[in-house]
Amino acid sequence: MGILLTILYIFLGIGVIFNCLGSIGLLRFPDVYTRLHASTKATTFGSIFTSLAVIVYSFYRWNISGNSKFGVLALHTIVALICLVITNPTGAHAIARAAHRSGIMPKQAVINELKEAKLK
Amino acid sequence: MNEFFKIFIIPGGLLLIFMLLSLIRLILGPTVPDRIVALDTINTLVVAGMILVGAAYEEVIYIDVAIVYALLSYIGTLYVAKYLEGGPKK
Repeated sequence: MGILLTILYIFLGIGVIFNCLGSIGLLRFPDVYTRLHASTKATTFGSIFTSLAVIVYSFYRWNISGNSKFGVLALHTIVALICLVITNPTGAHAIARAAHRSGIMPKQAVINELKEAKLK
Repeated sequence: MNEFFKIFIIPGGLLLIFMLLSLIRLILGPTVPDRIVALDTINTLVVAGMILVGAAYEEVIYIDVAIVYALLSYIGTLYVAKYLEGGPKK
């Protein structure tokens, strides 16, 4: 019981702190690429840890009570976590590529080597 | 309500505050990709918060809604990015 509470506090604390850093970075950074860097990586990491807290809690309750509802809760949380981990970096990559192709430069950029490289 | 309700519902409320912070960037954002980044962040936070709320109320249906929301928001993000990128290359 005590060690479960410790694990839950640690995981939820890490998750909430990293989500907070992602939101603040989204507000404070100067251009779209740095905002993407801050928000996507930090919120993905934080969401992994909040979901891990829910998974640990569900397996603990399933082990104690034997109620199969908690097993279903844990398995569905694992599926949701896998969906989140797969889709979030892919979406961020698509956004960055679209931002570059639509002609938005980083804020203090001087040269654009990616355009000079003539990528197809 | 058991004793774990408060442990899971307080981080859910904090995630709601972070969603409102991202909503400021969604409204202010000078360019279109800024708004898309803010929307993507809000979607991730909604999925994380919905998992927490599902654990707090011990309801599995919230987790299912979170799975569907994650996949549909991913499709929406890809669609807007494809639109922003422009048509076929000359």
